[in-house]
Amino acid sequence: MTDKRIDEATGVETVGHEWDGIEELNNPLPRWWVLTFYVCIFWALVYSVAYPAWPMISSATQGMLGWTSRGQLAAEMEAQEKERAASVAALANMPIEQLPGNPELMRAAVAGGRAAFKVNCVQCHGSGAAGGKGYPNLNDDDWLWGGDLKAIETTLIHGIRQPGDDQTRFSQMPSFGRDGILTGGQISAVASHVLALSGKGKDSAAGAQLFQENCAVCHGPDGKGMREFGAPNLTDAIWLYGGARKDVIASVTNAHAGVMPAWGTRLDPVTIKMLAAYVHSLGGGEDFTEQAAAPAAPATPAEQTNEQP
Amino acid sequence: MNNPDRITVPGSHVPGPEKLYEKRKAVYPQKIDGPFRRFKWFVMFVTLTIYYGTPWLRWDRGPYAPDQAVLVDLAHRRFYMFGIEIWPHEFYFVAGLLIMAGIGLFLVTSAVGRAWCGYSCPQTVWTDVFQHVDRFIDGDRNAQARLAKAPWGPAKIFKRTLKYSIYLAISFWTGGAWIMYFADAPTLTHDFWTGQAAPIAYATVAVLTATTFLLGGFAREQVCIYMCPWPRIQTAMLDEKSLIVTYKDWRGEKRGSLKKAEKNPGEFGDCIDCNQCVAVCPTGYDIRNGPDIACITCGLCIDACDRVMREVGRPRGLIDYATLEDNTREAAGETPRPVWKTILHLRTLIYLGVWGMLGLGLLFALGTRNHTDITIAQDRNPPFMLMSDGSVRNAYTLKLRNMESRPRKMEVAIEGLPGAVMWSEDMPREAAARKIVREVPADEIDTMRAYVVMPDGARSQKFTFTLRSLDEAGESDSGVTNFEAPGAEE
Repeated sequence: MTDKRIDEATGVETVGHEWDGIEELNNPLPRWWVLTFYVCIFWALVYSVAYPAWPMISSATQGMLGWTSRGQLAAEMEAQEKERAASVAALANMPIEQLPGNPELMRAAVAGGRAAFKVNCVQCHGSGAAGGKGYPNLNDDDWLWGGDLKAIETTLIHGIRQPGDDQTRFSQMPSFGRDGILTGGQISAVASHVLALSGKGKDSAAGAQLFQENCAVCHGPDGKGMREFGAPNLTDAIWLYGGARKDVIASVTNAHAGVMPAWGTRLDPVTIKMLAAYVHSLGGGEDFTEQAAAPAAPATPAEQTNEQP
Repeated sequence: MNNPDRITVPGSHVPGPEKLYEKRKAVYPQKIDGPFRRFKWFVMFVTLTIYYGTPWLRWDRGPYAPDQAVLVDLAHRRFYMFGIEIWPHEFYFVAGLLIMAGIGLFLVTSAVGRAWCGYSCPQTVWTDVFQHVDRFIDGDRNAQARLAKAPWGPAKIFKRTLKYSIYLAISFWTGGAWIMYFADAPTLTHDFWTGQAAPIAYATVAVLTATTFLLGGFAREQVCIYMCPWPRIQTAMLDEKSLIVTYKDWRGEKRGSLKKAEKNPGEFGDCIDCNQCVAVCPTGYDIRNGPDIACITCGLCIDACDRVMREVGRPRGLIDYATLEDNTREAAGETPRPVWKTILHLRTLIYLGVWGMLGLGLLFALGTRNHTDITIAQDRNPPFMLMSDGSVRNAYTLKLRNMESRPRKMEVAIEGLPGAVMWSEDMPREAAARKIVREVPADEIDTMRAYVVMPDGARSQKFTFTLRSLDEAGESDSGVTNFEAPGAEE
């Protein structure tokens, strides 16, 4: 193996290795290349001492600098929070009614709300907030309990029909069919009237009569609904549980009562304000109106504890 | 193992420590003068002037845009080049220029060989600069070699310190000039020296200073021979029709000194083996060994050889720019063809055609481009929204670009879509209309949410958003998009 010689074709010395007649010429690397290689080795040594590198049985070596990816993330998050601290503090101290007067803060709130929505709300309302059957579409202009910033915030804090929250918004439509209040024929007549209210199909005189007796107390004599009880407007084009005849019959027969969790116990007030601002910004949010004092609550079939003092 | 078919040269095994690396053979190119050297001076002057000077040219663009003639404004995503302003969505201009530069290199290579390598490659230019520093401090070729071998003493230490300081100064100046392309040069210079520039500016200068110092000061021809991919690519583009530096071996061989040749007339060729061509070569290559990637075709060996031929009274051009084809032709006794004929061969003409068409296309696009631009992104989630009164709403994000250096009033209008009106999030819904006028700031993109509402009974259909500037130019741009409606389900 040490039989070095000059290769006759190239005039270069061989290294003395031979495999099946193939020999290796001794063409050394350029010096700068070798130096670069040594520098890389040195760099690797320094790096593996300074940073976590060597896998051990249950963890890896810590590294002299004490750097961790989790630590880096924590530092970045902290820096982010610091950056946002000012607008978060301003939001915390500001009643939500004043938010529209502060466009910059509004933008920050909408951006924050968009992120919070993706985490907390998309499971029911969908990533585009378009909702689904039984889950309200938040982009449109139909609000069961009110669509201004304050009303949205209240809904978020206390939820809808959230058990254990004494300020939650509550209403319950009677199950007219299941509880035997109306017969099948009567329900069918009521459904005809309800559909006729929004311009679908022929009206039914009997249905109209039954509607005034049983439904008008919450939905209003003209079927336009009442926000105080979250009673839907039956004359518009938007149906939470479907606007086909069978859907309406199902609603009257069994009654629906969707539950939205009260987020006031899970999210901080600032996040809730941000969420309210985001939902309001989706295109259907309502402006504040001179909120007429709630009309003397008529006796309702459902116990009703409406918001705020 | 011993191979019986191979001859082992006795004594060929050199005992002693193994060499792990090949030491760089130092190159001390000798000073030379001649037409090609003077051309090299000229190119060096022009390229360095362009490189160092360009950022300092001013160009008045009014109060809303920077007044630096050539500026790559990464922070604001604008690229200014004299009267031309490139926006990110027009990046195809830059891409087109880069493609032209690439094809330009092919063109130059097929026409005049490795002229890029020999004259205008930054590595060549800065190596040349540093070699002149060497000559200025250490003296010419022989003095440099002597000094390199000399033991370290006060004189050598002084000379080396001085030389490396000049290297560093040039490198620093080079690195410093680069960052000037990315910010207002006078402001950046001030900020740089008062410690207020961005950290990235200092880092860039440091890196470019270090690389210039290393690559120009020390690596030099090693870059061309070992690191640069371009010579290797070029070998695929050169053929026997390409103009390269050629040693006319049919005329030069057999080599012999002037004395030997005088003693034996007829036996020796024109090459008197004076080695001047190797001495002046910036990469230390011996062109008489034939074409090689080490030859950057700078032509300094031609200058050297021509001078020697003149001195010994022989015709010039023993080493010359010539195609291999012509070399063979000349060897056979034919007259050489004029250079323009060798340059204008088919391959060159094809490259020139492609290059020229690209250039014309870019110029045309530049001349007809619009300073008003609208892009439309339709909300897809949800695609449409049924409102309580039965109307249907779609939402769009419109980007209104005002690519002029002045604020402009612009009008966004719906075309088609009968009965539809729109409003934007920052205006009262009651003001919904077919047209909205907005003030778009100078040189900016105005992002606008547009809610388009169609009355009850809407159907899905296409329509157009039109953006029109309400100034004397009246530029406009439009885009077709969709209006989605639940139509099909009912």
